[in-house]
Amino acid sequence: MKTLVWILVVLLIILHQDFWFWTDDTLVLGFCPIGLAYHIFLSIAACLTWWLATKFAWPESLAVSEHDMTDTIAVSSEAGDAGS
Amino acid sequence: MTQLTIIAVYLVLLLGLGVFANRRFRGTSNDYLLASHSIGPFLMLMSLFGTTMTAFALVGSTGKSWLVGIGVYGMMASSSGIVHSLCFFLIGTKLWSLGRRHGYTTQIEFFRDRLESNNFGLLLFPILIGLIVPYLLIGVLGAGLTINAVTQGAFPETFANSGGGTPVWLGSLVICSVVLIYVFAGGMRGTAWANAFQTCVFMVLGVVTFFIIANRIGGSDSFFENLRSATAAVQKAHPEKLTRENVGHLLFFSFLLIPLSAGMFPHLFQHWLTAKSANSFKLPIVLHPLLILVVWVPCVMLGVWATSAMLPNGELVVGNLQPNQDGQVLGTMVGRLSGPVLSGLLTAGILAAVMSSLDSQFLCVGTMFTNDIVLHYATRDRISDKQTVTLARSFIVGVVAVTYAISLLEPPGIFDLGIWCFSGFTSLVPLVVAALYWKRLTKAGAYASVIAMAASWIYCFTQAGYPPNPRYSVFAMLPVATMFVISTVTLVSVSLLTKPPSEETLTKFFPEKA
Repeated sequence: MKTLVWILVVLLIILHQDFWFWTDDTLVLGFCPIGLAYHIFLSIAACLTWWLATKFAWPESLAVSEHDMTDTIAVSSEAGDAGS
Repeated sequence: MTQLTIIAVYLVLLLGLGVFANRRFRGTSNDYLLASHSIGPFLMLMSLFGTTMTAFALVGSTGKSWLVGIGVYGMMASSSGIVHSLCFFLIGTKLWSLGRRHGYTTQIEFFRDRLESNNFGLLLFPILIGLIVPYLLIGVLGAGLTINAVTQGAFPETFANSGGGTPVWLGSLVICSVVLIYVFAGGMRGTAWANAFQTCVFMVLGVVTFFIIANRIGGSDSFFENLRSATAAVQKAHPEKLTRENVGHLLFFSFLLIPLSAGMFPHLFQHWLTAKSANSFKLPIVLHPLLILVVWVPCVMLGVWATSAMLPNGELVVGNLQPNQDGQVLGTMVGRLSGPVLSGLLTAGILAAVMSSLDSQFLCVGTMFTNDIVLHYATRDRISDKQTVTLARSFIVGVVAVTYAISLLEPPGIFDLGIWCFSGFTSLVPLVVAALYWKRLTKAGAYASVIAMAASWIYCFTQAGYPPNPRYSVFAMLPVATMFVISTVTLVSVSLLTKPPSEETLTKFFPEKA
C-alpha cells in the first residue's frame, strides 16, 4: 500500500503536465473551461492522495520519536519530582 | 471612509487577539518562539496555509489570470497543492522529529549539527536573510499601496499629495505596528492564532466577493446563469484566456519547482516545530490542496472574466488598465461592481493575507538573529531565558524598523522580486532533503551546493536586469530550473568526492539504520 501511495504521488505530478487539454476550450457545466476543471479535479485528487499517504505511508519513525519524547518528558518530570 | 472604518475595526480585533495571546504567555523562550510545542492540527492547518499564501493569492492571482488566462491555476495553485503537502510530509515531519529530539529552533542549528560544521551558519544566514527581506518588503509596501488605493479621495485636503488617500508610508507604518504589537506580545502563539483568524477572513471574503461580482456581471437571478454569461463573454471576446495557448509547455513545467521553496522557508521551519505531535501535520497535509482550491479558483475566474466583462454603458469593467497594472484588477472590479462595504471587507481580506505571512517572517528573522548569531557566538552561557525573550523581541523590533525604512525608498521592481526569492529557497531544497535522507551528504558538499546556488542565482539575476525582466527565461523555463539542477549536481558530486560524516553523526541523524 505504501508503494501504491508513492506511485499515486508521482502520477499526480505527471498528470499535472496535461498537454492534452492545452488548447481545448470546452466548457464544463457551461461556465468552467475544461483546462481549469481538470486542475480543480487534480487538487481534489491531491487531497485524497495525501489522505491515503497519512493513512498508509505515515513514517513509523515518527511514532517512535513521539514515544521517545514522551519517555524523556516522563523521566525529566520524575527527576524534577525527586529533586523537589 | 466606510472602507477605512472597516479596516480600522479589523486591525483592532487583531490587536485584541495579540493581547489575549499574551495572557497565555508562560514567560519562557521556548513558549515565545515555539509556543511550547502546543499547536494542534487545526491551528497548524490554518497557520501553515496563512503563512504560505501571501496577498498574491487574492490580488496577484486575479491580475495574472487577467493577463495570462486559466493557466495561472495550474502554474501556481494545483502545483502548490501537490508540492506543499509533499514538503510538509517529507521535510516538515522529519525536521519536527529531529528538532524535538535535539532541541532545535532554527534551520541553522540543525545544519550545524548534521554537517559537523560550527560555521555553516555564517554562509547560510546571510543568504536566508537576503532572500527573505525582499519578501518582507513586498508585504509592507503592498499593504501601504492597498490602503492608499481604497481610501483615494477620502481626505482630499489632508493628504492631497497622495490622491486624497492614506499615504503609502502611513498605511505601511500602521500595518507594521499592528503586526509588531501582536508578535511582540503573543510570540509564536499570538502569531498562530492571528494566522488562523486571518486565514478564515481572507478565505471567506474571497468566496463572498466571487458570488457578489459574478451576480453583478451576469445580472440575472440565477447564480449559475450568471456564471455562464460571464464566461460566454470571454469566449466571444478573448477565447485564448480559456485555454493555455499562450503558455509554453516548458515554462508551465518549471513552475512546478516554485512551491518546493516551502521546504526551505525559515518561517515554515519554525511553524513546523510548534506542532504538539507528529499527528498535528496530518490535517495540513490532507487539506492544504483543498484550501488552495477554495481561495484560487474564484480569483482565477474573476481575472478571466475581467478581460471581457462590461458595465451597462458598454465600458470594460476594468476600464483602461494597462498590462503592468494587473495588481489593480481585483480592486477595480470590486470598486465598480460593489459598494464600499464589500470594498472595505475585501481590503481587510487582502491585509489579512499580507499580515498572516509578515508576522511569521518577522518572528523567524528575530529568532535567527538571536539564536544563530548572538547566542551562538557570544553569550549563550551568560544569558538567562528571560533575557533571551527580551533579545528576540528587540531583534524583531529592529527587523520591522529596518524593513519599514527600506520600504520608504519604494525600491523599483520590488514586486517582481517575489519569484526570485522563491527560486533561491527552491534551490536550497536539495540541501535539506539530502541532510534528512542521504547519509553520504558531506560538509564540503553542502558548502559547495550553497555557493553554487548563490552564484547561479546572482548570474541569472544579473542577466534578467534590474528591475528584473518578468519574461526572462533560461532554456524556455524559469531560471529556477537551472539553479536547482546546478545546486543538486554540485551537492551530489562534491559529497561523493569528499570524506563521509562521522559514525557519531550518522547514528544521531539516522538512528534506526546506523
